Amino acid sequence: MIGIEHYVVVSSILFVLGVLGIFLNRKNVIVILMAIELILLAVNINLVAFSSYLGDLTGQVFAMFVLTVAAGEAAIGLAILVIYFRGRGTIAVDDVNRMKG
Amino acid sequence: MIHVFAFYLFAVLTIGSGAVTILARNPVHSVLWLILAFFNAAGLMVLAGAEFIAMLLVIVYVGAVAVLFLFVVMMLDIDFAELRAGFVKNFPLGILIAIVLLAEIVLGLSAYRAGALELGTPDGSAAAIAGASNIESIGALLYGRYLFLFEAAGIILLVAMVGAIVLTHRERTDTRDQDIAKQIARRPDEATINTRPDIGKGIQL
Repeated sequence: MIGIEHYVVVSSILFVLGVLGIFLNRKNVIVILMAIELILLAVNINLVAFSSYLGDLTGQVFAMFVLTVAAGEAAIGLAILVIYFRGRGTIAVDDVNRMKG
Repeated sequence: MIHVFAFYLFAVLTIGSGAVTILARNPVHSVLWLILAFFNAAGLMVLAGAEFIAMLLVIVYVGAVAVLFLFVVMMLDIDFAELRAGFVKNFPLGILIAIVLLAEIVLGLSAYRAGALELGTPDGSAAAIAGASNIESIGALLYGRYLFLFEAAGIILLVAMVGAIVLTHRERTDTRDQDIAKQIARRPDEATINTRPDIGKGIQL
């Protein structure tokens, strides 16, 4: 039987890869969105592993809600990306300063 | 034995394809590697006995989200080489932060293994039903105790769908749209006229 630590190590490495992806591809917002998906995947692995380790299904139900939010986030993020590209002709997020924020 | 082998296979492939996802030059390749990472993560979840979430991952992520990414990457005409300009410059800082984060997580994990912290024990109210499959137990929980949260998730999806449509929809002026009210308001007597032109009239050649 594989211990819970193995799952936690895999999901933490995946989480760190997601964070690293955000730092490495700071201009490319598509890859940033994919890195966020990786982070959410790591969280889901963690939730499912602990759920089966503790014999409590709440973790799996919660993983489903994380999945729901991730799908909504991807849809809205890509829609914003499409309208941004339509207006600017580029998706470089370095020079997103229209709102002077 | 096969259990351990399958775990390490899925774990290595998940991490490897996750790494290539963020390092690939071409975002189309990134999406494809992301799909591989999702598949292997689903394998990990099957190993943990969570078939329902694993199938959901394959259907929702690979079937919907990854295809959405693929559509957007392929439809937008983007110069990806230009977007990669800061990659080398950001690399040392990114690696540093990644190492610090990973060290923190490993520290927490080893503290847990040393026995300093105890996980809470579940009260058994959400335990799997004995003899029932994983999806049956989750269904009983989802349509029972978490019914309102489940419906809230549905509302979130509805709002996301409406939001995405509203954001990307645009009124086009160069097309001839159908005006249904105008069509219905049309009556035969104002739409057609009966004339009786003289012989040799009524046509221009």
